Amino acid sequence: MKERRAQLVGVGESAYARWGRIGEITEHELACQAIQRAVEDAGLQLDEVDGLASFAEDRNEAVFLAAELGLPRLRFANMVWMPGGGGGCAAVANAAMAVESGQAEVVVVYRSLCQGQFFRFGSAGRDASAGSDPRPPQVEPAQSFLLASMGFVMSYGLLMAAAAYALPTRRHMHLYGTTSAQLGMLAVTFREHASRNPRAVMGGRPMTLEDHQASPMIADPFHLFDCCLESDGACAVVVTTRERARDLAKPPVEVLASEQGAPRGYGFGPFTNANIADELYATGGSEEMAQRLWAKAGLRPSDVDVAQLYDHFTGCVLMQLEDFGFCQRGEGGPFIESGALAWKGGNLPTNTHGGSLSEAYIHGLNHVVEGVRSLRGESTSPVADAEVCLVTSAACVPSSALLLGRR
Amino acid sequence: MSERFFPDSMPRPLADAFSLPWWRAAAEHRLTVQRCTSCGRTRLPPAPLCPRCRSTASDWLEVPGRGELYTYTVVHRAIAAEQKLPFVIAVVALEGSGGVRMISNLVGAEPASLRIGMPVELVWEDMGPELAVPRFRPA
Repeated sequence: MKERRAQLVGVGESAYARWGRIGEITEHELACQAIQRAVEDAGLQLDEVDGLASFAEDRNEAVFLAAELGLPRLRFANMVWMPGGGGGCAAVANAAMAVESGQAEVVVVYRSLCQGQFFRFGSAGRDASAGSDPRPPQVEPAQSFLLASMGFVMSYGLLMAAAAYALPTRRHMHLYGTTSAQLGMLAVTFREHASRNPRAVMGGRPMTLEDHQASPMIADPFHLFDCCLESDGACAVVVTTRERARDLAKPPVEVLASEQGAPRGYGFGPFTNANIADELYATGGSEEMAQRLWAKAGLRPSDVDVAQLYDHFTGCVLMQLEDFGFCQRGEGGPFIESGALAWKGGNLPTNTHGGSLSEAYIHGLNHVVEGVRSLRGESTSPVADAEVCLVTSAACVPSSALLLGRR
Repeated sequence: MSERFFPDSMPRPLADAFSLPWWRAAAEHRLTVQRCTSCGRTRLPPAPLCPRCRSTASDWLEVPGRGELYTYTVVHRAIAAEQKLPFVIAVVALEGSGGVRMISNLVGAEPASLRIGMPVELVWEDMGPELAVPRFRPA
């Protein structure tokens, strides 16, 4: 069984760009490109890939990708049921379970996003040129339970993720005195990490706390620079067994533990659910999951050398730091202020690629890619002798996480 | 409210069999929450089962339309054409509801004057003969 322990052996990506900037090649082709590069990075052949895994709302179906990539067989085609980026680590976990159980030998986890080719997240979906619906305003039939729940959200203009996650963040500020400057420092830290990363969309754009504070307000308390980028791009991660990984060129990264989950009554999280338990509302909703993750790996927060935390919005990173026990509940602001997340001199260097705030927004699968690079010593903000990396996928929605290790 | 809160280009509410009675009551200016007739637990949005006792039996409890601001955000970015900015999205803890909160809007309030915990009261916006949307204003 040990011989089948799941390893991450290859990572790759397309060029990353601002949303809408990739138009000459389709989102689907971009997925193929990322998969090819990750397989090449692993030193494997595409003919050895027999599984593909992704997560919620993927337009790029595994069965078509398998056909286009000329895979000889597809034994595992998998999708995680979690909203948005919450399933990124869970997709890797599913790939790991597939290779460990013998369902497949080599599984590639992928994500491709080209918002300019489809629609922009957070828009109302009907543009002004479409004109007004001539019928009197009325309740329309919902095609799913999720959409019926959204009826209690959309009617109040809550369509934009920034506004949704501003709600728990505002409450966190009320309860614990968290400040916008503390959130800003987190964004500035990740931007500094991006300055060394040639892949980062914002690599050449240094940012100060003053820049953050002066950036336009989007949804109070979130300024523009509290919000992740909107990007076009694709990335992929190759998962195989320890046995197959042994004679590959690069050192494998082991999946030490994985977890996914949502607490009781959570649903989609605060985006659609105003009735999350009071003690959970101003959190990332990941605390129970984090406790399971630590127990499974036999590790503690202090064992983590480097972290890649899903950063859709600064406030959600802050709440994750508390959920995962890096600091006490309510202490996320001062913890960030202490410089803990900085590559230079921090105890917990976090988002060494720049994160979704400054590298690219690829639904957080790029955080798994960076997790692998940080343990291989390939990060552009390297953490010397890093042995354990925590990677998370989302917060304030059902989420997932991985502990990765170098053996 | 004489002036529309949102332009007509905003999406219309969607409802399934569980939530349609809520919207029908709203059209008659009655703000309700779903109540389990087996254990009394209240819930919103409407759903098929009581998450506490798993009973499928439920009725509708009309609430008085007062509440407390639980959290909020002042939105400065338009999501639909010709939208008035900024606008306030609020989570309101509903009085007399057995602990139910709902997402809504706050109207007629200076953004700088908003405080979590402040009292708010219901104001209906009639969108059409069969659709009214509950929003709130400072009480």
